[in-house]
Amino acid sequence: MSVINYSSREITFKIVYYGTGLGGKTTNLKVIYNKISPETRGKMISLATEMDRTLFFDFLPMDIGSVKGFKTKFQLYTVPGQIYYNASRKLILKGVDGIVFVADSQIERFEDNIESVDNLLENLAEHNLKIEDIPFVMQYNKRDLPNISSIEDLQQALNPWNVPYFEAVATQGIGVFETLKAVSKMILQRL
Amino acid sequence: MGYENLSIFEQDFWDINNSLNKLLTSTNATALLLVDKAGQLITSVGNISNLDLVSFGSLAAADFAATSQLAMLIGEDEFTELFHQGKQENIYITIILSRIILVVIFGKSTNLGLIRIRIKTTVTELEKIFTNIFAKLNSNSERMRDTFNEDFKKAAESELDDLFK
Repeated sequence: MSVINYSSREITFKIVYYGTGLGGKTTNLKVIYNKISPETRGKMISLATEMDRTLFFDFLPMDIGSVKGFKTKFQLYTVPGQIYYNASRKLILKGVDGIVFVADSQIERFEDNIESVDNLLENLAEHNLKIEDIPFVMQYNKRDLPNISSIEDLQQALNPWNVPYFEAVATQGIGVFETLKAVSKMILQRL
Repeated sequence: MGYENLSIFEQDFWDINNSLNKLLTSTNATALLLVDKAGQLITSVGNISNLDLVSFGSLAAADFAATSQLAMLIGEDEFTELFHQGKQENIYITIILSRIILVVIFGKSTNLGLIRIRIKTTVTELEKIFTNIFAKLNSNSERMRDTFNEDFKKAAESELDDLFK
């Protein structure tokens, strides 16, 4: 749900990074935070545990500047990936405008990814939302690791909607901007 | 509730700000913020010079959402009021029409009792304004199409291209 303020001429969109625990969602946000200019971004907030695992969410506001007189803003959120934080995950999806699913490409995480996509669909349903109606892109992360599933296998298992997908190595910044750019453009097209 | 935008037009926006300013003056609070449940700031009044409003909005919504879940666990729909006490500043949070969060930040120049009394009028006023705003949501798609036309989309996309080079 974007918020459009015709008086202060501002429009704000919410993008949520979803996926399994330790898949690289927070890393995506950290890379974005470090790579874009300080004037463009706000403060990054992480509600994390002492072990640096996301407890509630990470949050990064971005201001892409004035577009045709409208201040255009994106707010990026991650959800906690671990199974037992589902209540928190559900809350973050409220009012979402676009979703990035960050899949962990490692073979041993294959089932976890499937489970996490199913969980996303269930949680969206609780907000009366369908994935088909929301700008949605897939990111296959950790492509630099040796023990990874093929893109074909991942596509078949995780992306029956055939939404755009991106190969990424988030720790090196590879594929991070491409993913965000794609989902942002899809959100704008949907306006 | 499925997918929908929250559009706020000029007159409604001024009505909201007027209502909030009245509350600010009558309570001597430090600042007031209106945030939608998804964490996006709608407006603010008062002394906000040292406040990171965007972060504050997001965290206030998260706070409210988390406590609402706690409420459900004990058989309540949601808690309609939250109060956080600090040494210098305090926060009082209430909800408008189950969709908009009103946050009052206040210090020693006022007290919780006064805020709880005075806020009732403001909540009633804001409920009227937002009922009106929500009723208009379905009829404003034409203005949205005019404002966010192909030109806007192209310009925004080119900003994105520049940003993510």
